[in-house]
Formats: sequence, structure tokens, C-alpha cells
Amino acid sequence: MPNLFKIKPSVGLLSLPYSLVFIFFFFIPLVLTFIISFWDYNEYSIIPDLILENYKYIFENCFSFENGMCVTFKTYLSTFMFCLLTWFFTLIIGFFVAYFLAFYVNSLTWQIALFLLCTIPFWTSNVIRMISWIPLLGRNGLVNDFFLSTGLTSAPQEWLLYSGFSVVLAFVHLYTLFMIVPIFNSMMRIDKSIIEAAYDSGANGFQILWNIIIPLCKPGIVIGSIFVITVVMGDFITIGIMGGQQIPSIGKIIYVEMSYLQLPAAAANAVILLLLTLLIIWIMTKMIDIRKEL
Amino acid sequence: MKKNITRRNMLKTSTAAVGAVAGAGLLKGFPAIHAADAPVIRYLGTAVNMGDAVQKRLFDDTGIKVKFIVKTTDEVVKTIFTQPNSFDIVDSEYFSMPKLVPSGNLLGMDTKRIKEWDNVTSAFTKGEVAGKKIGDQGTAPKKVMYLKGSSSKEFASEPTQHVTLIPTVYNADTLGIRPDLIKRPISTWAELLNPEFKGKASILNIPSIGIMDAAMVVESMGEYKYPDKGNMTKKEIDLTMKIFTEAKKAGQFRAFWSDFNESVNLMASGEVVIQSMWSPAITAVRTKGIPCVYQPLKEGYRAWAAGFGLPATTKGRQADICYEFINWYLSGWVGAYLNRQGYYSAVIPTAKKYMKSYEWDYWMLGKPATADIMSPEGKKLASKGEIRDGGSYEARMGSVECWNATMDENKYMVRKWNEMIAS
Repeated sequence: MPNLFKIKPSVGLLSLPYSLVFIFFFFIPLVLTFIISFWDYNEYSIIPDLILENYKYIFENCFSFENGMCVTFKTYLSTFMFCLLTWFFTLIIGFFVAYFLAFYVNSLTWQIALFLLCTIPFWTSNVIRMISWIPLLGRNGLVNDFFLSTGLTSAPQEWLLYSGFSVVLAFVHLYTLFMIVPIFNSMMRIDKSIIEAAYDSGANGFQILWNIIIPLCKPGIVIGSIFVITVVMGDFITIGIMGGQQIPSIGKIIYVEMSYLQLPAAAANAVILLLLTLLIIWIMTKMIDIRKEL
Repeated sequence: MKKNITRRNMLKTSTAAVGAVAGAGLLKGFPAIHAADAPVIRYLGTAVNMGDAVQKRLFDDTGIKVKFIVKTTDEVVKTIFTQPNSFDIVDSEYFSMPKLVPSGNLLGMDTKRIKEWDNVTSAFTKGEVAGKKIGDQGTAPKKVMYLKGSSSKEFASEPTQHVTLIPTVYNADTLGIRPDLIKRPISTWAELLNPEFKGKASILNIPSIGIMDAAMVVESMGEYKYPDKGNMTKKEIDLTMKIFTEAKKAGQFRAFWSDFNESVNLMASGEVVIQSMWSPAITAVRTKGIPCVYQPLKEGYRAWAAGFGLPATTKGRQADICYEFINWYLSGWVGAYLNRQGYYSAVIPTAKKYMKSYEWDYWMLGKPATADIMSPEGKKLASKGEIRDGGSYEARMGSVECWNATMDENKYMVRKWNEMIAS
């Protein structure tokens, strides 16, 4: 009986299945998207060509500011704002939830139970979840009822729903989990004796947090940030529903172009979105070398 | 010896059995429509008006089964372009025809094979209701109805034997309002941008339909008179979008909607009191017990129309089954079913046979209900004594001003619409 553990298939063979999936369902479609972004199109077909019109069209009027900012810049600016705010709040909330789970909850059973609690936002469908914000934040919703009955405001607050505020709220509500999981994972790998040593050497709670835990959680923070930022950059459903379809998003522009069969235009937009998202991730990985940290 | 024979027999029988199983498998592998028993039609469409009851009745009457491929209006069009053989029959809107016909992916339908063709309503065939011309701005069905031949890619201006779609259903759309929250009569499209409803108005975020509603509003405000709302020039698109951009910036709109259910929620929750709306959405709000009116307006309605088309490759038995299905569809039972949902059937006389006289009086003649009016699902839509919003068929369809459209400047329009959303 040969020892199975002694047979060492080459690395190439082991990674073959995933590589094939990656090549066929990610890499090839991506290359096609890139190629088609240079094609021409009419009402009902796409025409092989090599033109820059699709890109020119995206940035038309963008470099003369006579009529204010162009749609593309405005849309990206608002998307970046959502990214920044969502990232900030999910990071703060996610970090402390993970901190609590890792250092204050000692039994594994409770850790699992509380983790499941964090996944509750994902238990309902997107649409139902979005619709149920109306009774809470709407003009006649619970929050406004509370404001009015306590005399905090004299009229219903309209900015609670279909606004930038409600979009960020929905994002934070949904994606904090994406921060919690990798940060929690990093924290669980911190050797408790390091913390004890710091404590014994006279470090206070804040010093331990700032000088030991946060630096050791960096990989978790970066991975969580990449999750959150890529999801928010490409989102159009949450922005659409929570923003009352009044706030632009690149995803929505691509969606509309695709539904009118303007596929090359949509492809060009997708390429730009991809490049910008990659740029952000590149900057983040420059700040912290994930490979080294892992 | 005996043993041997048995074994041989065994082998024979088992081989035959395997063969039979394999054969059955092969037969099942054929496109469903060719199977000799219980033909199945792959039906591509939005299927908003096709409930389980329709499928059951169809099977009982004809033995045909339907498999729905449900997509949104825009996706249906996309599917016809990109996967023209993924369906047997398509339920599409007439305004898509200027885009679809040049592609050659649809068959010119033979009107000689449609039993009730002569009874198809004149709103489709001539653009008339009760002998009176109705508005034909936009992609009115009569403009894109006839083809020069069965495989023609060009429209014919005069009636011919071959048509793009066999008409099935149509309606006249207008604004929906919450009378309990507005508390005064509404009679013009211009009210959508009335500052009185600041932060309480909405319009749909589907550019090709939204632009038509927008044009109705702009014209009724007296800002501009379009030669053809359904085919605007770039200048006209700019003007329309400028007015809506200003209104949006001033906070006129609470939200835009792109999904039927969103419009129902906006209205039912009172977030919005006046908005563009579709007939079944009004019904959905009302069945929650919330007052909602499909308000007739003096400038008229924006109409839409749909019908059945077949892929260009359809022939033989597949064509027979599809035509049989269409003939069944127009034979009255479905017509009555559609009329009871507040739509109109393309063949009215057959639908009448399947409606009770009090139903006919309420839905088609605009008379007060003499009994409670029920939806096809058995939910109460109106009480005794109530009148249908907008009144009779002639009053509603007779006041059509324009039709859903595909413009020559479609690309530009979509772009300007996106700019308005981004502003």
C-alpha cells in the first residue's frame, strides 16, 4: 500500500481546475469586454472595428468645466464618496465587533452564535430588505414618528430616505460583515502571550490596541477593505433603491447601456471602472504588503 | 444448455431494454415542440398578464403547455437579438419593432392563418376607435404593423397579408394619484411638476417610456408643442431634459422607479402622491385598501400595445402549434381575462362572450358597477356603484395622444436621460 501522502502531484496539476475556471469564466470574458469596448454599434448589432468613440463619449465635455462637472466625473465622485464613507464606518464598526468577538467572548459556541447574528442582514432578499426601510425611515415611518412626537423636529425629515444618508446606511448595514470576518481572523491568530507581555511591561489598554493589535490586524483590515470597496464601486442596486434612483452610479449607467444593446459603450465603461478599482486596490496593497503579512 | 439459453435471452432482453431507454432518452432530447404528445411552447415575454389560470385553461382546451421565459421589456428585445432560437413565441411591444424588424430575426406573421383577424380592433389596424382617428405620435402600432412580405425587413405603409406581431393586449396609461392626500381634482399632466407636490412626485426611470411621460408634461405646461413626441430632435430632447433636470434639482421628485413593485410601494406608503404608473400597479395599491386613482387627464393618454411574434426560423409543425396557440389566445377566454385586469383585448367581440354583462358594462362601457367587481384572482377591485377611472373603452382609447416609442435619436436620448439622473 503506497503512502498517499508521499505522492506529490505538481503544483500545476493541483491548481489546474481553478485555473481553468478562472481562464474560461473570468479571463476570456474580460479580454472580450476589452476588445468589444473598441467596437462600433448600431441599434441592433455590434460591428467589429477599432475606434475610440466609446471612450471619447464617456469623457466628452469632461475637460471643460463651463457647464459644471460632466456626468462621468460627477458619477465617479459620488461613487468615491460612498466608498470612503462606507469604508470608514464598516471599518470602525467591524473592527470593534471583531475585537469584542475575539477578546471578550471566550467560548467557541458563543463566538459562532454571535457570528451568525452578524449574518442576519443576508437572510432576506435584497428587494425585501430595501423595501422594509420605508416603514422605518419613510415620511410616515417610525423614526419620523419618534422625532415628531418628542418635538425634536416640527416636520417629517425627508433626508432619512432616498438620500445619500440612506445609501450609506444600507451599505454599512450590509457590508460590515465583510470587515468583521477577515479582521476577526487576524485577531484570532494573535498570540495571547504577546498581549500579556505588553501588559506585564506596563502598557495600558490603548497602547496595546494601537501598538500591537492594530498592526497585527493589518492584513485583515486590507482584505476587508478590498471587499467593501470593490462591492461599493460596482453597486447599482443598493444605490438605485436606497437613493430613489436619483443618485447616479456607474453600474446603473452600464446596466442601462446594456439594456439598450449599446454593448461597446457598456464595455468601455466597464473597462474604466475596472481600471479605477484596480488602481485603488493597488494603492492599498502598496501601503501594506499582504503577501508578507500573511 | 438450458442455462446458456437463459443467459443469452437475458442478454438479449437487457440489451433491448437498454436500447429502449436510450431511444426514449434520445426522443426526449429533441426540441420539446416536436414531441408528438403534449406540445410545449417556450414563451418569451414579461408575462405580467399571464397567471396560472391561463396555462391551465390552455392545456384543457388545446393540450398545449407553455414554458415561460420571463424577462423585462428591454431584456426581451435583447434576447430576440442575441438568442433568436431560444424561444418559440415572443410577446413583445410594438415600439421595439423599428429596432427588431431590420435584424430579420422575426417572421412576418401570416394574417390568413388568424381566424379572428378581421375582428382585431381598429386601434391597431387603422389607428381608429369607433371610427374616430386617435393620436399616432410615437411608434403607433399601425405604423409598424405591416410588412412587405413574410421575410421582409421593411414596413409597408398599406395593409398587407404579413404583419410584425399579432396584436394581443394594449392599454392607455396616465398618472396615478392618491386622492386622499391630494384632496383636490387633478386634470392635467402639468401637475406632475407642480411645486405643490415638491418631494412627493415620481416618474419611471426607464428612459424610452419616461421620456414620453416627460414630453406629455412639458407640452401640457405650455413650454413647447412637439411635432412628434415619439420622435424628438436633439434640441427637443435637450429642452425636455432641461425642464426635468431643473425640477429634479429643486427637489420635485421623491424617487424614480424602475420596477413595478417600487411604484406600488411608493404610492401605498404615501411617500409619493402623484407619479407615472401602470394599470396593474393601481390595482395592487387598491387591493391593499388604499385609495388610488388612475387619473384621466385632459391632454390624453400614453398608450402601449403588445403582440405575438415568431422567430424567423419557425416552420412546419412548430408554426402550426404556435398559430393554434395564438388563435386560442384570441378566441375570447384570455381576452375576458385581460379585460378584467384593466387591459384591453385585441379582439373585443370574442372577449365579450366570456364576460358577464355587469362586468362588460363596468370595464368596457364605463357604467357604474351593479355588483362588486372582482379581479381574475378573485380579489375585490371595486364596489357596487363605482365607475372605472377614465370611463369607457371609447373614452379611454379614444383619447390616446401618443404611443410608447423608439426614437431615431434613441442613443442621444438615453444619454441625456442618464445625465438628468446624475444631475
